[in-house]
Amino acid sequence: MGKILAVTIILIAILSAVPIVMHTWNPPADVSTHGHLIDEQMSETMAEAGIAFLAGQILLAFFIWKFSNVKPGARIKNFPGGAMGLVLAAFLLVGTEVLALGVFGVKAWSQVYFTPPAADAMPVQVQAGQFAFYFRYPGADGKFGPLHPELVNEGTQNLFGLDPDHDPASKDDIVTAEMAIPVNKEVHLLMHSKDVGHSFYVPALRVQQDFVPGLDVSLHFTATKVGKYEIVCTQLCGLGHYNMKAYLEVMSQQDFDSWLKQQAANQ
Amino acid sequence: MHDTSAHAVHQHAAPTSFIRKYVFSLDHKVIGKQYYGLALLAVLTGMVLSWLMRLHLGWTDLKIPGLHLLSASGAPGDVMTPEYYLQLMTMHGTIMVFFVLTTAPFAAFGNYFLPIQVGAEDMPFPRFNMMSFWVTFTAFLVLISSFFFGDGPTLAGWTQYAPLSAVGAVAGPGQGTGEVLWASSIAIFCVGQLLGSLNFITTTLDMRTKGMSLWRLPLTAWGWFITSVMGLTAFAVLMPACILLILDHVAGTSFFVASNLVLNDQLQPHSGGSTLLWQHLFWFFGHPEVYIAIVPGMGVVSHILVANMRRPMLSHRVIVYSMGALAVLSYMVYGHHMFVSGMNPFSSLVFSFPTLVITIPSTILVLIWIGSLYGSKLRINTASLFALGFISMFISGGVSGFFLAQPSIDIMLHATYFVVGHFHLVMAVAAIFGIFAGTYFWYPKVTGRMMNETLGKIHFWLTFVGAYCIFMPFHYLGIAGNVRRYQAFVDDYLVRLIPLHRFITVAALCTGAVQLIFLYNLFYSRFRGEEAPLNPWQATSLEWSTPSSPPPFDNFGGRHVVVYHDPYQYGIEGSTDDYVMQDSPAQIQSVRDEK
Repeated sequence: MGKILAVTIILIAILSAVPIVMHTWNPPADVSTHGHLIDEQMSETMAEAGIAFLAGQILLAFFIWKFSNVKPGARIKNFPGGAMGLVLAAFLLVGTEVLALGVFGVKAWSQVYFTPPAADAMPVQVQAGQFAFYFRYPGADGKFGPLHPELVNEGTQNLFGLDPDHDPASKDDIVTAEMAIPVNKEVHLLMHSKDVGHSFYVPALRVQQDFVPGLDVSLHFTATKVGKYEIVCTQLCGLGHYNMKAYLEVMSQQDFDSWLKQQAANQ
Repeated sequence: MHDTSAHAVHQHAAPTSFIRKYVFSLDHKVIGKQYYGLALLAVLTGMVLSWLMRLHLGWTDLKIPGLHLLSASGAPGDVMTPEYYLQLMTMHGTIMVFFVLTTAPFAAFGNYFLPIQVGAEDMPFPRFNMMSFWVTFTAFLVLISSFFFGDGPTLAGWTQYAPLSAVGAVAGPGQGTGEVLWASSIAIFCVGQLLGSLNFITTTLDMRTKGMSLWRLPLTAWGWFITSVMGLTAFAVLMPACILLILDHVAGTSFFVASNLVLNDQLQPHSGGSTLLWQHLFWFFGHPEVYIAIVPGMGVVSHILVANMRRPMLSHRVIVYSMGALAVLSYMVYGHHMFVSGMNPFSSLVFSFPTLVITIPSTILVLIWIGSLYGSKLRINTASLFALGFISMFISGGVSGFFLAQPSIDIMLHATYFVVGHFHLVMAVAAIFGIFAGTYFWYPKVTGRMMNETLGKIHFWLTFVGAYCIFMPFHYLGIAGNVRRYQAFVDDYLVRLIPLHRFITVAALCTGAVQLIFLYNLFYSRFRGEEAPLNPWQATSLEWSTPSSPPPFDNFGGRHVVVYHDPYQYGIEGSTDDYVMQDSPAQIQSVRDEK
């Protein structure tokens, strides 16, 4: 029975690896400037973790095959090199491997989080609330009007709690239910939660960032390909969580300008 | 180490009444069995919940006959509502993590066997021990009661992120009464674990019999000892966190709720709290909790493997040091749950480093287990099959940690099924394989009868293959960006993944059904199983030196046990058997591991 277990473990290991090697299930193709760094890091890690996975399972299976039900008179033998050899192997092989992954991985993380947005990055505010995203563009004055939470009212469509009568900066703010951005233009996303925790996940853009109620956080990215992509919520926010989504339309600058003009007219 | 004459006197007389013998018992063995029974009840509840969830994920509009009986509003016309899905999911996670993975490997097996393995007659504080079980049982009742009060259990997930968990009923179904019941249940549960941990630590340090030095403790005892230290420190953080959460509900405080939040167009009457504070407190408990679930399993599996390999581990001490390293590091890595939470991104890198480092002791453990198989005389029985299955699952679940330890990759994989696959394999399935291994191994000692090996092996094969069929595809879903905690997949990029979800559902139902074989074996063998010899596995540690199975009330029948050897004297050449019991005074050339 030991031999059957050995074969089963090897079969499971190989079958588990097949969809990975064949790339059967992949995320949406990357359309961001930084995404390739994450994808490369992912591939590197997949190769190293894959080797560790297969090596571990095969070694386990091999020893089960070889040492199950040996003759009663057989003598106990020790693994060549003993425990210290294995400890050293773990430090040298896995230690250096994870250290390398950690060091190289900093590059992608830094690009997303440690570089400030460009001075001319386009500011867009996103507000998450149960169970929808809304977006705000600052209008011609380039300034967002302040938020007044006590004025938020879905019935009157004052989704952000703006007070254009008293705040001049709010007058030309443009509020939309869809997000549109120009292609190849950096976007500085200002993230505000209205109620509970949410997250902003755009798999195609290789971004995911939680909203923190009470603390506005920001994110910046550049989309490189015109198209329509999904924004979904990944932080459990209540009964409609699964359905909390919006579309991100990446357009040419010209199309974006006319879209924004159209949205301004609709306010 | 202490002289037995001072300590091994049983602190209470053998009870005679039914209540004192079986209900409010002070005997660690009865308490261990009570914990096992509670874990069994909890795991069956949690498993049924997972079936309901899986059916819904495969076929969202499916009518599940009779479901409306559980909740008329949660399943009108027997079709689950989105909120009810989340409520069942929250209860599944909470029940499994707290009442199964913490309760069975640590409290159940540990209570029964730790005092025996150290040569004691009981734990030092039997009343605390009894209390710890009944407090835990009360916590379970409080949690389950949330199904029947108000609008059902909380839907905020087992992680209970604030402010969803803290603002009250306005946040959704179950967020009022259900939420307060959840937080109360877990706070009560923490009390039980603190009392239990205190007993475990004192038993290990103060109740060891003559000759039982720390390095002569079996690896199981080390596993429980290390776990109890983690339990004492981790649950001590979760308990106040839960109390603060309750206060946010009932006392108008704002520990976890920030100012200016608007729900249902109403400005919330809270100010000044911190959303991230809950996450820090929760994960400071939550990550050690992963090791609270798995370290006892590591001890149990090592213990069972040596008996079935007929040789000690390549290094006893390296295993102990590695388990200890996991415990220490577990407090330093918790922030990897929060890479994209909005905490300072620099902190993410800081938390990433120990998370990557923790793969080293994990790898050492795996290599020592596998390396010890080399040159052994491996016996295949149900217990050893589950122990070997544990190693395979631990490897599979462990390697996905390479991905999740890196903040940059976490941007893609956070909150996806990749995480769900990772923790189910590495902490849930592996731990449950440890529980199964322990059950098949110790059943003869606890009941005096053997479990049926044929049924046991069928149970192993179907569970081993089934668990892989369920949890390996979770990783593929995660890589494709499938977000977790969704009750249906309405996003364009997720629709194509539904067939894979259906495959998982079928695998989960089948694997779940297979557990009935185990249940049948567990109860049938209790009455009809073959009578067990005193030491059926020819094992060396003290639980096999008791005069009967089950052991008498004082464990060793009035004998003061003295320990002469390291715990795993297998492969002794020249003796009639290939092993020497720990309490045998026989002069032997000791099999010592590398120091």
